[in-house]
Amino acid sequence: MLALPSAPAPEPRRQILVGTALVVAAAASLVGGMTALFLRFRSVTIDNGELWVPKDVKFSMVGANVMWITLLPLCIFAQWAIYAAKRGDRAHTGVALGLSGLMALAFINGQAFIYATTKMPVNLGTYSVMFYSLTGVVLLLAVVGLGFTVVTAFRYLGGRTSDREVVSAHALYWYAFAAVFTVVWFVVYVTK
Amino acid sequence: MTTIDTHATSAAPAGARLASVADWVTTTDHKKIGRLYLGASGISLLGAVVVAALLAFERTDAAGTALPVNSLTQLFSVYRFGLTYMVMLPLMIGAALCVVPLQLGARSLAFPRMAATGFWAWFIGSVLAIVAIAANGGPNGGNARFVDLFTLASALALVGLLASAVSLATSILTTRAPGMNMRRVPWFSWSVLVMCVTILVALPVVIGTLLYLYVAHKYPSLSDLNGNRAIGEWAGFGFTQPTTILFAIPVFGVLAETVATSTHARLKPRGAIFAAIGLIGTAMYGAAVQAPVVIRAGFSSLTGNEKVSDLLPFAIVHVLPLLGAFLALALTAQGLKRKPTVNAPLVFALFAALLAVLGAAASALGNIGDAGLAGTTFEEGTWLALVYAAVLAGMGAVAFWGPKLWGRSMPLKATLPLGLLAFAGAALASVPMMIAGFADQPGGVFPAVEQGVPGAVLFDYSGPSALWNFLSLGGHVLVLLSALAFIALALRSFSKGDQVGDDPWDGQTLEWGTTSPAPEHNFAAIHVVQSPEPLLDLKPSNRSDA
Repeated sequence: MLALPSAPAPEPRRQILVGTALVVAAAASLVGGMTALFLRFRSVTIDNGELWVPKDVKFSMVGANVMWITLLPLCIFAQWAIYAAKRGDRAHTGVALGLSGLMALAFINGQAFIYATTKMPVNLGTYSVMFYSLTGVVLLLAVVGLGFTVVTAFRYLGGRTSDREVVSAHALYWYAFAAVFTVVWFVVYVTK
Repeated sequence: MTTIDTHATSAAPAGARLASVADWVTTTDHKKIGRLYLGASGISLLGAVVVAALLAFERTDAAGTALPVNSLTQLFSVYRFGLTYMVMLPLMIGAALCVVPLQLGARSLAFPRMAATGFWAWFIGSVLAIVAIAANGGPNGGNARFVDLFTLASALALVGLLASAVSLATSILTTRAPGMNMRRVPWFSWSVLVMCVTILVALPVVIGTLLYLYVAHKYPSLSDLNGNRAIGEWAGFGFTQPTTILFAIPVFGVLAETVATSTHARLKPRGAIFAAIGLIGTAMYGAAVQAPVVIRAGFSSLTGNEKVSDLLPFAIVHVLPLLGAFLALALTAQGLKRKPTVNAPLVFALFAALLAVLGAAASALGNIGDAGLAGTTFEEGTWLALVYAAVLAGMGAVAFWGPKLWGRSMPLKATLPLGLLAFAGAALASVPMMIAGFADQPGGVFPAVEQGVPGAVLFDYSGPSALWNFLSLGGHVLVLLSALAFIALALRSFSKGDQVGDDPWDGQTLEWGTTSPAPEHNFAAIHVVQSPEPLLDLKPSNRSDA
């Protein structure tokens, strides 16, 4: 048997943060690919002189804009959680994570509001299929993010206050989500 | 010291069998998760190659009466989905899960539960996809409910593979032994990292398209995405080149590992080989654009701007991966000048790399419009070369690292001829399909079936049209025989074969520094690494380049 020099176990190298970054990259690729196909179908339809958004379909732009604006405080609260966690301020970390979760809930509520007020059947045509698929995936990512917030809050408030990395990973997820949704918001709701 | 004695084994009491099953189902040991992948993809390989042989047999009969016409589209779907996502990619991921943490000197995998969940998601998704195809679902299927099931199940299988890929990539980035910077990462681990990162970009695009197709089919409307044929049309890029080139990247990692150990020397130039393997990853852009990246037919008549707009993406998606594959093979093969000890894993890996380079070159050629190969069996031949490259590399990996997993080795005299047989079969299965493509034999789901004509072969060719199909059939049969023999030999050798020492290949990297088989937590102590070949540093007396 060969003798290799040994050492104490190294400090963890931001495993949760790196894992989150990789998952976020995959999620961005998922939404990016779907958005690209959405744009491709839109371009072909418009080039054929047809309507892309069916005539009777009207969106609540207020709802869409509120969803987008919701993400700004969400990111700020997620960053606040990091700031407080670094200082060992458990109360403020809890408040920041709670507010992050509240904003995530507001985002989900905004999407549900749009679905409810648009009243567009899924089988209306290519547009409706793509609209529900794309926004549905974004909604799913928001639900996953909300779950991440809850898990982070329970871990931190449950006493693992030295485990700050998960708070940073949580913030990274929401930053990336905000960037991804900004693209979807611009393509689906602004330029339609 | 790295010694942990785990050689002593005893038969489990009969009452412990259920606990043993539960242990395998809920395991978080990377070696067990990897072996689950290897076992499942090995069984899938046998099934998929049988289907491949049946379809090749159908092609040899111009009247096309060998198989029921109605089952051809289902068999073709099993063949395509099976070999790509039930054999090729899981085989590479399985080998990586077994080996990579050991190579990194890590005591466990990062997010092992995620990797295990990934396996079960892939397994359940794959089984459901095959059930759906068998029940007349899948691409071109006639049963709407099972078409829906196929799209969701295949998306689930891909999500599972991605979960395991995230676990692997995170391990390589975060759990390396002290002193092992990224330039010191072992060859195989580097190639796995490149594969994992690139499929994290490419496969979500396939999943997104499958979700669109599911919704469009579940809620039928006048949509271009609706219909059973839309699956092949819109998600087909996930089952062909250049996406499949990404799954073959670890082939070059296996080659570099086997060349280095068989020559007992440091493989150089390290940076250039790393860069070459990384260059293959540019094929991921092909999946990202969701459409074939081609040089249009009539290239000479295009304007200057049109030529540039064709050539630039073509260079990124096809030429750079080919260049990377060629350089990785050429630079690694330079090491063979040092008179290697010929062993079975080296033979498997060398042939696998040759097939992968052939596949990358054919992928580039097939997308040049003026070559006139679009829609022919040339694409299928290219795909087969890449799939069988991964299969050969998987066999080589099992023969090479098997002793570290099971503590026993496969006999060289019996294994080495299987490498030659498998390569002959792979070359025979793929190259004649490429040649038939030049003779305009139609590819894809047999067009004759789609046109309502009984018969799988529908092409006008003055040459021996049946010859290429016969050769391809022979190739599939050879691959099947060699795979069967390899699996039987591996099962026998790893359960009753000769026990081996901890370092049977005179290895260079950390996995050979622990006991064979490796214990649950891999290493008794964490090791400090001072070079890419830490074990070689300790035995300089017989090294010409030490």
